[in-house]
Amino acid sequence: MSAHANRRLAADNRRLLLRLAISAVVMFGFGFLLVPFYEKICEVTGINNFLRPEAEQGARAVNTQVDASRSILVQFDANLHDLPWRFQPLQRSIEVHPGQLVQVEYEVSNTRDVPVTGQAVPSYGPQVAGRHFNKLDCFCFAQQTLAPGERRVMPVVFVIDPALPEEVTVITLSYTFFELQGRNTTAAVPGSAAAAPVPGG
Amino acid sequence: MAAVTHDQIQAHHPGPTGLMRWLTTTNHKDIGTLYMIFSFIMFLSGGVMALTIRAELFQPGLQVVQPEFFNQLTTMHGLVMVFGAIMPAFVGFANWMIPLMIGASDMAFARMNNWSFWLLPPAAILLLGSFFVPGGASAAGWTLYAPLSVQMGMGMDMAIFAIHIMGISSIMGAINIVVTVLNMRAPGMTLMKMPMFCWTWLITAYLLIAVMPVLAGAVTMILTDRHFGTSFFNAAGGGDPVMYQHIFWFFGHPEVYIMILPAFGIVSHIIPAFARKPLFGYASMVYATASIAILSFAVWAHHMFATGMPAAGQLFFMYATMLIAVPTGVKVFNWVATMWRGAMSFETPMLWATGFIFVFTIGGFTGLICAIAPIDIQVQDTYYVVAHFHYVLVAGSLFALFAAAYYWLPKWTGRMPSERLGKLHFWCSMVFFNITFFPMHFLGLAGMPRRIPDYALQFADFNAMASVGAFGFGLSQLIFIAVVLKCARGSGERAAARAWEGAEGLEWTVPSPAPHHTFEEAPVVK
Repeated sequence: MSAHANRRLAADNRRLLLRLAISAVVMFGFGFLLVPFYEKICEVTGINNFLRPEAEQGARAVNTQVDASRSILVQFDANLHDLPWRFQPLQRSIEVHPGQLVQVEYEVSNTRDVPVTGQAVPSYGPQVAGRHFNKLDCFCFAQQTLAPGERRVMPVVFVIDPALPEEVTVITLSYTFFELQGRNTTAAVPGSAAAAPVPGG
Repeated sequence: MAAVTHDQIQAHHPGPTGLMRWLTTTNHKDIGTLYMIFSFIMFLSGGVMALTIRAELFQPGLQVVQPEFFNQLTTMHGLVMVFGAIMPAFVGFANWMIPLMIGASDMAFARMNNWSFWLLPPAAILLLGSFFVPGGASAAGWTLYAPLSVQMGMGMDMAIFAIHIMGISSIMGAINIVVTVLNMRAPGMTLMKMPMFCWTWLITAYLLIAVMPVLAGAVTMILTDRHFGTSFFNAAGGGDPVMYQHIFWFFGHPEVYIMILPAFGIVSHIIPAFARKPLFGYASMVYATASIAILSFAVWAHHMFATGMPAAGQLFFMYATMLIAVPTGVKVFNWVATMWRGAMSFETPMLWATGFIFVFTIGGFTGLICAIAPIDIQVQDTYYVVAHFHYVLVAGSLFALFAAAYYWLPKWTGRMPSERLGKLHFWCSMVFFNITFFPMHFLGLAGMPRRIPDYALQFADFNAMASVGAFGFGLSQLIFIAVVLKCARGSGERAAARAWEGAEGLEWTVPSPAPHHTFEEAPVVK
């Protein structure tokens, strides 16, 4: 082979080397590209929803228990029994369907300059509604201790049982806060007035 | 990386001697020899691990090793055999034979060639050294599945670095082979006149360039998950361990063809030589090889049928996998058709090649059975799968490597290998191989899980049989050392330039042993 042919071959070889080396680097990148590919394919085909739970929100099980054929007006009331607090619901009333999961909030604040412990007790009007008013979470489940001047917003989460009698169209939920005398801690004493209320009652 | 042309090679004489000669060599024959010595050492170390595994499994209960160490052994046996023995051995053959077959004076990038070999011993030291660090070697299985591989000790990091280094070595070797085959062929040798071994290696090299970087990426992700707070495979951080399996097998399936395609090339040389007929259906062989390579990118998830894939995915991967049987069947048909009405003689290389066709086809059949998703879900992770892949990797790749070694030993050493020892080696290997691995089919169908050091009593007889076979197979390989040493020491019958009567190809036109420099003036192929 002539020197010229040798030089040309060496240049050809180098060019091919460069191309192949670039393809190797590209394939290294492709390995990492498989990660978003995989997530996208899982998302599109709906496999492995734990990768992107937020993308699956629409596909979550729907609450089939909602009775959309009627609505109930729920009114909220707040009372204090010998307790110098401010206590009020953040909404006066709300329209709900039986079976629908609803969250409402109450606001309470301590106007005294000492910590005070109180316990709320619910009551229902009409009374028959109480049996069908299922509270999943409520500030009345626990004693509330408020520091001096503290303001607190507390939730009530409830579902009205679709078995609620047809004639009930308005329910009033009324809470009354009592002070737990001589105590300013939340430590519960068995058998005291602080015992958890009967569910639904 | 400068290309070393043959003027420079001539200026190279006289080179350094002793150890420095081997450390600094850029000669394709020297490097090929180094590759083969390295891979044989790794083959023996992987073999010792396999025999320890079989010793433990000889009887039910724990006798020889503890379960943690057993897991390390199965992992390292796989890694060492795949990355240390089979792959470097084929690269060694490519180094030795491709320049001789295409009439080139050396590989295209002789210095890069030196580097791609000398990266391997440090990688092997990292891999084998990991047995001695706290926590021991990686025990996650050779597939290094997350989340196990994300949790292990520093042995796992050493395995990851070893894989990185061996990957770089493979990629450089593959680039070298592609450039050599495409640019350095003798005048007149068109692609479709090229020997089959060069064709299969050209396609294999492309596969290597395409998938080794993906493996490097996968183990890099494990590394960053382990140490740098990423969560590619950590479900708690939003990742997915199943994704590791997808990425790994995107590499892993082409990898199994990387380990078998050069073997197909070797057998396509030996069968025509000893049947004294040209290869039947040369063009269809080339196209079959190429289609196997292309299909190999579309079948990876058949390793993952049990991961909870949708039925549509299972069906796609099942049919795509079964499609591969078509080009493979074409190849087996062509080999048999080459033998048909040939003037056959059964010297040692031919014995190994025909043995290859016989046992490899059994492995191919069980592969087809495993490809059927409902069956695969039954035999997943049982000894049936172990039997299947040892039939294709030992009886396929390894038998073809031995066939090639016996076939080309006269060209390397100038001496004919001992027929008596060679035949003994073949028959011992063949018989003991089947004693070892055939019962594993039954064990797997009966439900014996793989990778577990203990087993239920009903599996005892077949396991004892497999262990006896394994020790027989392991010891038979020592015969091969005797054959090679005999040839290398210069005893035995002198080999002619064309050592085998029916052998065709440019490598048989140079003297035996092949001189240090060959084809400095390119031959003209008509």
